[in-house]
Amino acid sequence: MIKHLRLPQLSWRFIPVWQRNYLVWKKLAIPSILGNLADPMLYMLGLGYGLGSLLPEVGGMPYLPFLAAGTVAYSTMNAATFEVLYSSFSRMHVQRTWDAILNAPMTLDDVLFGELIWAVSKSLLSGLAILAVIWGLGLYGNFWLTLAIIPVVALVGFCFGGMGLVMNAVSPSYDFFLYYFTLVITPMVLLCGVFFPVSQLPPLLQAVSAWLPLTHAIDLARPLVVGAVPDAIGLHVFALLAYGGFGYVIALALTRRRLLK
Amino acid sequence: MLNVRGLCKTYGDTEVVRSLDLQVRRGECFGLLGPNGAGKTTTLRLLLGLIEPDSGSIELAGIPIPQRAREARMKIGVVPQMDNLDPDFSVRENLLAYGRYFGMSRAAVTARVPDLLEFAGLASKADAPIAQLSGGMKRRLTLARALVHDPDILFLDEPTTGLDPQARHLIWQGLRRLIAAGKTIVLTTHFMDEAERLADRLAILDHGRLVVEGAPRALIESHIEPAVVEVFGEGLADWTERHAAAVCLRFETVGETLFCYTDTPERVIAALQSAPALRYIHRPSNLEDVFLKLTGRDLRD
Repeated sequence: MIKHLRLPQLSWRFIPVWQRNYLVWKKLAIPSILGNLADPMLYMLGLGYGLGSLLPEVGGMPYLPFLAAGTVAYSTMNAATFEVLYSSFSRMHVQRTWDAILNAPMTLDDVLFGELIWAVSKSLLSGLAILAVIWGLGLYGNFWLTLAIIPVVALVGFCFGGMGLVMNAVSPSYDFFLYYFTLVITPMVLLCGVFFPVSQLPPLLQAVSAWLPLTHAIDLARPLVVGAVPDAIGLHVFALLAYGGFGYVIALALTRRRLLK
Repeated sequence: MLNVRGLCKTYGDTEVVRSLDLQVRRGECFGLLGPNGAGKTTTLRLLLGLIEPDSGSIELAGIPIPQRAREARMKIGVVPQMDNLDPDFSVRENLLAYGRYFGMSRAAVTARVPDLLEFAGLASKADAPIAQLSGGMKRRLTLARALVHDPDILFLDEPTTGLDPQARHLIWQGLRRLIAAGKTIVLTTHFMDEAERLADRLAILDHGRLVVEGAPRALIESHIEPAVVEVFGEGLADWTERHAAAVCLRFETVGETLFCYTDTPERVIAALQSAPALRYIHRPSNLEDVFLKLTGRDLRD
């Protein structure tokens, strides 16, 4: 892998790759949006009202807004992850779409970057829908601050898109992705404060949690929902960019090894 | 048009391409033949700049590869061995999407689509999904897709493998039209009749090395006796022992068949009259005989 590792050469040529995915998505946009959103929405509203009615306050706020902020991060993480695992894998491995593109004057850097930005786009869509519910139900503290959630959502998409592409590069089949969900995504959901505050965890797990990207995402999103400016914005932004960026560079090397042997 | 010198590529301990030299002239159809694993596909990937050679140089229309592969690929159309049409798009959308990968404007690709559909014989299928196309239609669309940016040279990797005779003839007609229009073609195949029909010149590769190069006719004339009599049936071993050496210039027994290479087939046939149980086929020698003589009859898979 080391010999395939190099700095990515980014260019605007990623746009036709993004556009290809967009045009395919557009054909099935409505069912795709409904499919993507039903699940997080059901969790948020079901748990938020059901469990929320039993709880006085969680993390210093009513449970529904607490959970809504977690859901913004969690659903955008899922949107990006599903896109670069299952959908990108179909395009790379099953349909050989990437092979076809690579015969044109395109590089793997362009193809993977197009896929990554497409995952960001899907995340934006997913995040915006949750945000619309937050607006609709008046779950926010300050409307203008909630607008800052939009770039946060894009960052979360970038972060998990880049990480997921690594998994895409090394998986022999779809079955392999289950490990990523059970070993990475699900523990992250439980450790990073989606459903309950990180402060409820034992100290050791709290220390682990501080290093996980979803924690940084939620540390940005939750104050913005409640109506406060997040602490340590620079650190959180850097962490999300770093996870996504390193993921992309490593995925590039691994995919190069996989496709161009 | 294409100039390859001393090309080498090694994977692990396997030398897949060994100091290969090739020259393809503008406007000719060049065949690249060889058994499975001979290095044909690796050579094509090297020519496209998808992988980097260990040593050697490649120039396409004066552009060095892989250094300026992106620029070179603007001039190359590729028909890969396995169909990789975009199954999420219709026939027309496949052409439009592919043009965008070459940086073409929507107007420029749209203007080319009717001609490409006509070339592929798919004008009536423009809006059909890929899943509805037959194998032959998919290949023709892949060929049309390779032409979307009007390349000077086409690389075709086993373009008719898996097609029925009707579909193969349609592909050949398409390729002849392209050759007539002045395109340069590099074609890998292991159908000898395909190479004999289409290629002006060809090279036979084996174990990554160039074994021989030349025009198909010239190769047949210089490497093989003019006629072949294939003999099989009851009592072959006995007949071979008594007559083969006398009437064949060269002969070999493969399984239950004797291949007798000769310039006087009538003498072989006369000698066969004494053994009515034996059956035979008399035919002119062809490229396949040259190929098997030079690369052997062992299976390569």
